[in-house]
Amino acid sequence: MKSDGSSAIEVANLTKKYGEVVGVNDISFQVGNGELFGFLGPNGAGKTTTINLLTGLASLDAGAIKIGGIDCTRNPKAAQHLVGTVPDESNLYPELTGFENLTFCAALYGMRKNERQQRARELLETFSLTDAADRKFAGYSKGMKRKLTFAAGIIHQPPILFLDEPTTGIDVASARQVRQIIANLHRQGTTVFLTTHYIEEAERLCERIAFIVKGKIVKIDGTTELLQSVKGKNILILTVTNSEPNVTKGMASVFPQYQFEPAAPNQIRVESPEPVNIGPLTRFLEEKGIQVTEARRHLPSLEDVFVQVTGIEAGLMMKEKEKAGGGGNQ
Amino acid sequence: MKRWIAFSNIFAKDMRAYYLKPPNVSWGIIFPLAWTGMFFIRSGMGIESVLELLPGVVTISILFGTTSLLSVTLTFERRNRSFERLLLAPISLETLMLAKTSGAILFGIVNAFIPIAIAAFLADMSGIAWSLVVPAIILIGIVSTFLGLFISVSASEVFEAQTFSNFFRFPMIFLCGLFFPVMSLPVYIRPLSFILPVTYGVDILHGAVNGEHILSFTLDFIILGAFCTVLFLLSLRNVKRRWIL
Repeated sequence: MKSDGSSAIEVANLTKKYGEVVGVNDISFQVGNGELFGFLGPNGAGKTTTINLLTGLASLDAGAIKIGGIDCTRNPKAAQHLVGTVPDESNLYPELTGFENLTFCAALYGMRKNERQQRARELLETFSLTDAADRKFAGYSKGMKRKLTFAAGIIHQPPILFLDEPTTGIDVASARQVRQIIANLHRQGTTVFLTTHYIEEAERLCERIAFIVKGKIVKIDGTTELLQSVKGKNILILTVTNSEPNVTKGMASVFPQYQFEPAAPNQIRVESPEPVNIGPLTRFLEEKGIQVTEARRHLPSLEDVFVQVTGIEAGLMMKEKEKAGGGGNQ
Repeated sequence: MKRWIAFSNIFAKDMRAYYLKPPNVSWGIIFPLAWTGMFFIRSGMGIESVLELLPGVVTISILFGTTSLLSVTLTFERRNRSFERLLLAPISLETLMLAKTSGAILFGIVNAFIPIAIAAFLADMSGIAWSLVVPAIILIGIVSTFLGLFISVSASEVFEAQTFSNFFRFPMIFLCGLFFPVMSLPVYIRPLSFILPVTYGVDILHGAVNGEHILSFTLDFIILGAFCTVLFLLSLRNVKRRWIL
């Protein structure tokens, strides 16, 4: 669903410091009603801090916040009835069952008994957790915990939803299901604020994206517009044996028409506005005693935009994905 | 109405998940029994003197009943982040903290009536001023709970909360006139007694049960009420400062 033009979330000059450490630094953005907005950045960039400030779990040092048109700068509780939050870690009660957790969360929003029980059953079905409804949350697998936490965040059918890394650390099938549910909620008109460090996830789901690095928004634009900047580029990924640290510098001096970057361990990224001629590159590397085991054409993606805008190596994001160990980019 | 639904469900969840667990129920019975037995044996008094010990045993039951669980459960919920779920709900912090503490208050009050029920079999209780005992028990329950809340908000780990609790609770047994009259304490220690809220609750209980009290009941009730308000407000301020970073 497209945004209707009015703003669900308005943030102006938001700043938060933890002692000497800057959480977010003078960030401003707006999210339209019904929009699916992505907040993309590496770990520690300020994504969770931003969500905590917007949901009232942290107090701001400077700036202004409006949620659903309500000024929450001084009173973060003012708009909490409009908001659902799915945090980056499960925060439900280990001693309660899945069903009890959902009905309890519904009660926190003032839902009546019949209504909350019906909604809990509905969500358990949606998230394929009906069979585990009467099991204690403590005994759930990581993926099940994540899904139930998601269900708890939308139990009261909030018009604005904050999702903090919703697919991090869960299996491929669960991640796919969660992404499907996010897309459905968006289609139904829910405003979604999604933080993620899975670039492909943001590219697939979001209408607009902000890149945040070290507490600063470095770029904010529509996903299509962001992708325009890398369209028409030719990118080749060379997988090599025993790559040397300075090999890309040597290649750049011999082939000035191309740009070279280490993409990952034993991978070289070659970028050019013209098609890349692989033969001379392979020969050059072989002369240096480096074998090319694979040459793969890479279709420009949001990851390339991210690298271009932030200067952060794609490899760093890759490491984060591996560390998270989940199915986020599957 | 919505606020009441949230309040009652937080209260009911805590009662079910923490306070009505068999180990806590049995602890609530055994603890006052053990203290009563200990003081009987130590003092060498006869069964007829049970009423002299009753105010102290009632107070200690409330004090330990309220503070033990609350400080642990709150710190635990904060550690496993389930407290965040409550902070995200559209209920005021005041309502939320009252809901979280109401289970402990009720548990403390119920604990207080266990030694009273035992004493009823052992002594003549017809002379007790119940119109003073009941509100005093409720106020001691509230003030002890808010003291527990104040302690748990200041702690970040469960073991810290337990250590802080004991740091306050054990001196209070000796300083607040539970078993030794405040006026029998050395003069230089007495000011400490009068800055502790439980002293005023025990004073009411001694007056209502045995007819001996230091201050007027009205003053005791006013001071207890003031302690409840101050401790609750301080705890709220600390929650905002320490937990909503």
